[in-house]
Amino acid sequence: MLCYTSLDILDIQWIWQFFSSGHTNNWAVLVCTSRFWFNYRHVANTLSVYRSVKRLGIPDSHIVLMLADDMACNHRNPKPATVFSHKNMELNVYGDDVEVDYRGYEVTVENFLRVLTGRLPPSTPRSKRLLSDDRSNILIYLTGHGGNGFLKFQDSEEISNVELADAFEQMWQKRRYNELLFIIDTCQGASMYERFYSPNIMALASSQVGEDSLSHQPDLAIGVHLMDRYTFYMLEFLEDIHPASKTNMNDLFKVCPKSQCVSTPGHRTDLFLRDPGSVLITDFFGSVRKVELTMDAINLTDPIKQMEEDPVNGEEQKEVYSYADQLPVSEIIHQKPKQKDWHPPDGFILGLWTLILLVFFKTYGIKHLKHIF
Amino acid sequence: CVCACMSATVDAAADIQGTSAPETVVPSSVPQPKDDFQEELVIRPLHSGDIYASFQFRTLWDTDFMRENKVSHYRLFPKSLGQVISKFSVRELHISFTQGYWRTMQWGQPFIPSPPGAELWVWFQDSVTDVDATWKELTNVLSGIFCASLNFIDSTNTVQPSASFKPLGLGNVTDHSFLRYATLPREIVCTENLTPWKKLLPCGSKAGLAVLLKSEKLFHSSFHSQAVHIRSVCQDWQCKTTSWELRQTLNSVFDLHNSGQTKREWSLFKMFSRTLTEACPLASSSKLYIDITDNPQVTTSLLSQAVVLGDRRTFSVYDLTQETTFGTVRSLNLLIRWKSNEGEMLRPLLHAERYVAGYGLQTGEIHTLMYNNHPYRSFPVLLLDSVPWYLRLYIHTLSVTSKGKDNKPSYIHYEPSKDRVKPHLLEMLIQLPPNSVTEVTVQFERALLKWTEYPPDPNHGFYVGSSVISSLVPSTVAMHTNSTRERPLFSSFFPCKEESSYFVRIYTEPLLVNLPTPDFSMPYNVICLTCTVVAVGYGSLYNLLTRSFQIEEPNPGLAKRIANVIRRMRGVPPL
Repeated sequence: MLCYTSLDILDIQWIWQFFSSGHTNNWAVLVCTSRFWFNYRHVANTLSVYRSVKRLGIPDSHIVLMLADDMACNHRNPKPATVFSHKNMELNVYGDDVEVDYRGYEVTVENFLRVLTGRLPPSTPRSKRLLSDDRSNILIYLTGHGGNGFLKFQDSEEISNVELADAFEQMWQKRRYNELLFIIDTCQGASMYERFYSPNIMALASSQVGEDSLSHQPDLAIGVHLMDRYTFYMLEFLEDIHPASKTNMNDLFKVCPKSQCVSTPGHRTDLFLRDPGSVLITDFFGSVRKVELTMDAINLTDPIKQMEEDPVNGEEQKEVYSYADQLPVSEIIHQKPKQKDWHPPDGFILGLWTLILLVFFKTYGIKHLKHIF
Repeated sequence: CVCACMSATVDAAADIQGTSAPETVVPSSVPQPKDDFQEELVIRPLHSGDIYASFQFRTLWDTDFMRENKVSHYRLFPKSLGQVISKFSVRELHISFTQGYWRTMQWGQPFIPSPPGAELWVWFQDSVTDVDATWKELTNVLSGIFCASLNFIDSTNTVQPSASFKPLGLGNVTDHSFLRYATLPREIVCTENLTPWKKLLPCGSKAGLAVLLKSEKLFHSSFHSQAVHIRSVCQDWQCKTTSWELRQTLNSVFDLHNSGQTKREWSLFKMFSRTLTEACPLASSSKLYIDITDNPQVTTSLLSQAVVLGDRRTFSVYDLTQETTFGTVRSLNLLIRWKSNEGEMLRPLLHAERYVAGYGLQTGEIHTLMYNNHPYRSFPVLLLDSVPWYLRLYIHTLSVTSKGKDNKPSYIHYEPSKDRVKPHLLEMLIQLPPNSVTEVTVQFERALLKWTEYPPDPNHGFYVGSSVISSLVPSTVAMHTNSTRERPLFSSFFPCKEESSYFVRIYTEPLLVNLPTPDFSMPYNVICLTCTVVAVGYGSLYNLLTRSFQIEEPNPGLAKRIANVIRRMRGVPPL
């Protein structure tokens, strides 16, 4: 009897922990904001986070990947269709099954804010939308070149920390997220999360205000730096995570100390309601789905009858189809240009003719009218 | 294989139904599947030592997308494209993504031509009321399906050709107001476009010829083009009923020197880093053709001939649906070795070039050269040019000359551009005299764009899409005019109406022009300079007006001060 009750309590505790995070789906918005070949490392950063997030279970339909330039099929890339994160071409983070939702010139501040707030034109396809609800945990990762209070998009525009904070507030007001993890890997990255004021946001940055984030290692065959230090060590940390691991956020805060990163990574948890020690990495990087087990049987309805195709079209239609002539020379030569519809003369022409008539009659007098009409 | 599985489940259902609920109706016969899938790969060694591989996957489906009840049961035809066809009332859709430029003089004619970048042309059904709005929505949906930035297609790069791009499928009515054509010459092709393209195939990339499509090898080539073509075709030679045809084509040219080899020796493994192990189980035919016309000493088991691009070619055929093709090792890898011919390659009959002439950033000239290499026959070509609005063409300078003399086109259609609204459209039907070069020149002026219209890298330049040259070229052998299903796919893409000539479409190079680019840091410089000038000027003026000046005695020196102190003590006036 005693054994039975103690098992009961443990069961209840385990069940309560399982439901404590409160989210039902996961989304990720991964943005690389830099253009040009020498910013290869920013694309590699974003793709390595994409790879980890996909590996831990978030499907492509729940990932919005924005890459501002194409490095894999760039003509300068000695190994086309690959983006490497480790030197000596050890790890190809581009892979074979990648779906980039926004690429090239589409990665702009406006599109990024529209994706976050959901205010997109009605014809935008589903893969380009962030269709999150109030039970979604969203991971937002930004990388590129930044400064104190801004992040540069494609060398032509910037997004400021105030705009970003306002966008997150819009998301909160519209109930577009349950919890949000914001990671940024740029120079002076901590300035970007200073202005957040919406609840349930946890933020990490690769460097403090006044510090530069440094790149990790160049590859001599490719000729550019492959990754930034913070994301490199974060990738190594995430490679050890599997969908069922219980590692929490405090371990993520310890990634890349000053000895490895040269800059001081920072984090901000005051807006987050739960204790970071109880937040699992897989709450944001993985896609944990709740499964309800039921013991009841469910009755399936009758199978749908196959629609009867109309078989009688062949007999009724006697017309024979034929292919169009690809270059009907005589038809083309005799193709008359379309006659423009006749429009009544517009105001200017009418005014001009009125003026001419007035001047004529003023000079020559009204008695000449009978000669005209 | 699939049919057998279906009948098994129906029998099982019948058994269960028989025991529990005798009054429910069970379909007694399984409906015959009306869709068919064929795949083929043609490998042609080229004269320059490169090798050309052309994949074609065709799905035929006898259904009606335009009826009121939506089609809901898809088997081989991909559902995403079927929904696009029925939602946007598409009659024909052709979309291609290409990396690289097809070098006609070195490689001959391709089976399926395509321009660099992305190209989309669509014929809509007569029932569409607002073609432009439907076109805009269609481009957005396709950009989501193919992961490409096709949403940049808008009215500034869409044209409505008046005589080119006649429908390749069935149809008697050709009202060009239902046709739209657009190109994006800057669009890149990479794995993210190949992945959704492969997912449209019935077997995906798991079985059949599609296992060879690995991105690391395909994009390491001189030319890579993948396309999707949807149209209606005849079901049989009588052509009383139609069916929908979906063709997915992929053309690649692998470079001899780029891949690091010296001998003209290629194998499937060297080209694709894979070998073939089985045909796609859903395919009714799966064939591999190797072009051996230039190397007739090859003796292999199965040979066949086909007339393609005006020439009769001999092919060695491997049928992948037969188990014997794969042998005991259960995989097929072919080695192709050929010697370079001492003689010249047969020159293609029609070939074109285009370039920009001139200097400076104000004016320029576009030259298009079309070569007719036939010794005694002349034939007509239809030239379609779509130039963006920021290159202002001076059409009064348009000149068409052949062999030094003026050659007046028999049909000219010109639609002038409107700034920021639509591009120039120039279509001309020109008769090319035999063995000649025809040059079309037109002068243009470059416009200055507004600040926000410049892309983030404006010094790269701005692209002008390829010109399209459509022509009926006389052929050396009689072409087949009836379309039967037994013909190999690569010879049945363009419909053929007469035996003496075949239709060919050529794309010229896209142009890259530099527009006068402002210095984007100037506003910052101007603000700093203006503020400094205003501060200095206003400050000085303010000081002059409001300050009053008093004369102040200079400070006396130390000796004088001490002397003054002594004099004051003595009571004497100071110095």
